[in-house]
Amino acid sequence: MYRFAKKVLATAAVLALAGPAAAQDGPIKMGALATLEGAFTVLGEDGMRGVRMALEEFGYKAGGREIELITGSSDASPDSAIRAARKLVEQDGVDILVGPLSGSEGLAVKDYAKTQPETTFVNGSSAAQDTTLRDPADNFFRFSTEGAQWMAGLGEYVYNEKGYRSVAVLAEDYSFPYTQVFGFLEPFCRLGGEAPADARFWVPIGNKDYSSVIAALPDDVDAIYVALGGADAVNFLTQYEQAGGQLPLIGGSITVDQTVLGSKGRTREFIIGTPSAGPISDTWDDPRWNAFVATYKEMFPDGFPSPSLFAHAYYINTKAVLLALEQIGGDLSDGQAKLRETLSTLEFETPTGMVHLDERRQAVADIFLTEVVVGPEGNLVNQTVKVIPQVSQTFGLSYEEFLEYGVVSRENPEC
Amino acid sequence: MDARRLFSGEFRLAELHPAKLLAALFLLAYPLFATDFFTYQIGAYALILGTIALSLMMLAGYGGMVSLAQLTVAGVAGYSMAIFGTNSVEVMGLGWPWYVTVPFAILLAALFSAFVGAISVRTEGIYTIMITLAIAVAFFYFVRQNYLIFNGFTGYAGIEPPTLLGVYWRDPVPFYYLSLAIAAAAYGAVLYVSRAPFGLALQAIRDNPRRMRALGFDVTLHRVAAYFLAGLVAGTAGVLMVWFNGRISPGSVGVDVVIDILVIAVVGGLKHPVGPFLGALVFVLLENFAIDLIDRERFNTVIGLTFLLVVLFSPDGLLGLFGRARDRLRRERHARREAQRVPSGERHPAGSLEET
Amino acid sequence: MRRFVERHPFGALLIAVAVAIFVWLIFAVWPEWLVDAIGRKKTFVNTLLNGITLAGLYFLVASGFTLVFGLMRNVNLAHGSMYLLGAYIGYEVSEATGSWFLGLAVAFLAIALTGVLLQVLIFRRMEGEDLRQTLVTIGISIIAADLMLAVWTGTTYQFLPPEWLFGAAQLPIVSVIRSSGDAVYIVYPIYRLVVLAVAIAAGIALWLFLNRTRVGMMVRAGVNDREMLAASGVNVQLVFALVFAIGAGLAGMAGVIGGTALSIAPGEDIRYLLASLIVVIVGGLGSVTGAALGALLIGLAEQFGLAYFPTYGVVLTFLIMVVTLAVRPQGIMGGR
Repeated sequence: MYRFAKKVLATAAVLALAGPAAAQDGPIKMGALATLEGAFTVLGEDGMRGVRMALEEFGYKAGGREIELITGSSDASPDSAIRAARKLVEQDGVDILVGPLSGSEGLAVKDYAKTQPETTFVNGSSAAQDTTLRDPADNFFRFSTEGAQWMAGLGEYVYNEKGYRSVAVLAEDYSFPYTQVFGFLEPFCRLGGEAPADARFWVPIGNKDYSSVIAALPDDVDAIYVALGGADAVNFLTQYEQAGGQLPLIGGSITVDQTVLGSKGRTREFIIGTPSAGPISDTWDDPRWNAFVATYKEMFPDGFPSPSLFAHAYYINTKAVLLALEQIGGDLSDGQAKLRETLSTLEFETPTGMVHLDERRQAVADIFLTEVVVGPEGNLVNQTVKVIPQVSQTFGLSYEEFLEYGVVSRENPEC
Repeated sequence: MDARRLFSGEFRLAELHPAKLLAALFLLAYPLFATDFFTYQIGAYALILGTIALSLMMLAGYGGMVSLAQLTVAGVAGYSMAIFGTNSVEVMGLGWPWYVTVPFAILLAALFSAFVGAISVRTEGIYTIMITLAIAVAFFYFVRQNYLIFNGFTGYAGIEPPTLLGVYWRDPVPFYYLSLAIAAAAYGAVLYVSRAPFGLALQAIRDNPRRMRALGFDVTLHRVAAYFLAGLVAGTAGVLMVWFNGRISPGSVGVDVVIDILVIAVVGGLKHPVGPFLGALVFVLLENFAIDLIDRERFNTVIGLTFLLVVLFSPDGLLGLFGRARDRLRRERHARREAQRVPSGERHPAGSLEET
Repeated sequence: MRRFVERHPFGALLIAVAVAIFVWLIFAVWPEWLVDAIGRKKTFVNTLLNGITLAGLYFLVASGFTLVFGLMRNVNLAHGSMYLLGAYIGYEVSEATGSWFLGLAVAFLAIALTGVLLQVLIFRRMEGEDLRQTLVTIGISIIAADLMLAVWTGTTYQFLPPEWLFGAAQLPIVSVIRSSGDAVYIVYPIYRLVVLAVAIAAGIALWLFLNRTRVGMMVRAGVNDREMLAASGVNVQLVFALVFAIGAGLAGMAGVIGGTALSIAPGEDIRYLLASLIVVIVGGLGSVTGAALGALLIGLAEQFGLAYFPTYGVVLTFLIMVVTLAVRPQGIMGGR
């Protein structure tokens, strides 16, 4: 009975002995971690496309050394992200880890990064505020922007241009929408707008049936700010139309993005004119963005019609690593001190404008304010209204001032 | 066969099967030649998962009650560690010292397990699997929604094992030995209970509850007590699990993980307590290295197919497969020797997977 | 009814008062103090309707589940996968042909066929081994979920129902009287009312099938005593296959109906499996009437939970289950 167990264990032992081989002049091992299983597989795959685009651009070489890509997969839960990261770092021996995809995974990987000071961690597309704002890790870098930054300019825009004075809020009940709501309401409330606590509706994530929530939405507000993502957003929009909803909407970054506008089903004409903001804009007519989209389409004919924000974020983060490696000639000695030094001061051109890091290694970058319009092929697309230049994580305030807002939550900010 | 001798001094080393001795030695010596990664993420993790699956094996194998809520029980212990102990999230974290928190967390888990048992054992056997699945899923949805106590979607992070005797217990080697000690203790305890009067009564109840009731046994009480004991095992593993991950969130007690535990127990084999550990080892190796061999994308299909094939063709899991191969070898050998005697297999009297 | 009133005069009075209050709550214009106490009437009535229509959907899914269990003692934990597969198949067909009704029909037939195949190829071979059958269905649901993810990815799909099913209807229920004296009526999506109508129709059809046809008589006989039915010369396997076909087909059909009311995405299989489980645990395994009652309870609990205390909606559903199990372990309408 035990003989079989022994055999399996012996196999494990053989595998164990063949541990990582650390080398200083061989190829540089880069790990890429994304959700390649579970419901977010499609998004994880697009993230990986971003990584490949950056590596292809450099011919899988940086600073005179070959880059070897090793992929890892999680199922979007922090536990699985940690296990995959640990495997990449401790078993496969990667020098640099790019990833993960989602916010809670990002927080977990940041915590793990603290226990691995010899490895440099660069974000994938995770966009939780606290990954870099509170208690950041010295070896975790994020060249992509986060949920509150994505909302930059939207609050001012709807207050000044649209003339909205009071809004209801409908969002999923977890940290990412909290961050988005905070990013939207902070300027909106500062200007004098209102979003009372009893007009904020927090629905369980993954809720499909919004009819009762729609019935509970107030009639006496100017608009509804909706921060739902993916299937939840599609469901809400359909049911809102079905229930004869009349109020104009304001969208979170993933509420009216391509995955929602392009989802299978009826076209939702009533959302034309819905303003939103985010790190990319599909229809931005700029040579840098157009070149990026063209390369994406050429490299991945079976990808999305246009790169998602996941491909974009993974691309930027990977590119940052490659640029830094190029500058230091692939020198990873001394616990990668040179690499980190270079990454902290790196400033470079991305498909969406210039990016550099603040003192907590968080990106300062451009944000796009968009509005849903009818595209040339009759489909709905997001049109760029304006570009908000160089948005910082603290909205231009000092770090200490910004911390006084407190942790994002259902009631933050109050107004 | 009587494990009670183990505790009464009559135990002799010579009685031990050499293979068992070798396996024990191997497990003890494992960290000496394995890398940190293999010690921690393969070794310790397989032991922890195996211990949780062991609690399921105990209920299913000896009690005929397939409870899908055993991971949830472990989750209750894990969450208790975060809530009553310390965590790095600024929610709850009452800061109790570890020597209070740990027993309390395990006790809470065991009580939860007994509660699960109490509401599920009064009905027909097949209800158990449905009710426990419903409880497991409801618990997942609840902790994801509740911010006041469970910190919702985000969950808890920064849950640390104590530094004791100058050892930081999350370092790979100490943690491995801690997991090994607990797994071995749980293994021994389950084996012991299975041969003690209580365990025998439980197995008899599994086979014929009516007759046992007629004989004057309190069937419900025995079953609930079994849930309580299984809760102690799962709860202890839950504490290890939360130390292993350093964090706990709804994803840690999600449906897929619940099903993983069932897969581990069933694939390993529900007839002997070594089965769950075997299943856990195979599962952990697959989980970590499948990505290097096949496309990770279809990992669940591989897991599901393995599970399905085992259930369809070898209801006793890998252990049963091995046992059958051994039996056949023996039979052939006997046939060759034209022996008249029926081979006396040392298979344990543990009953079948099927309900009766 | 008269005897009931004579026997329990007090109980009857209580019920009459409760019904009267309920009717008043729905049709009267709410006075100020009531609005202050429990919110607007619009929210209440809409939530009530949502609960009832959601119950219709749950009934469609759970009735198949309970039917299969009642006869074959087979707890089909792949029932949720059948719901989802039906939805996807229905979507593909209605997309290709442009006919929603064709999608509905094909989903029913395709999933019914799948059910028959499962019964004939797998479950027949392990008759009487309840637990092993259940484990097999878990295995099937793991694989099915992963394969469906491979084929249809994680994208959200929504049906295009016929135009006359879309949109909202004005109900003859006054919500509030505006200061100008105009009455504002409650507006409700037509499609959800259709869901309810389909569920009621399916329920009546099932009842007629079980109580008024010869085959239904066999099924009922089989539920009571399988061996006896077989001994009296009925081809039990044929009856089993038929019941499995109906049970599975109902799940597939529910997939299209539910997918139109809400949407189709990975994870819905678990959601509807959980709903079916709780509905039949509460209602009583094997009883179609129980499924209807359970669905109504759970549907209302879920919607009122969502509208009035979103955080604890799950707990409410769960509490109903625990209380039922504590008071009546076999479920409200469960036998034995």
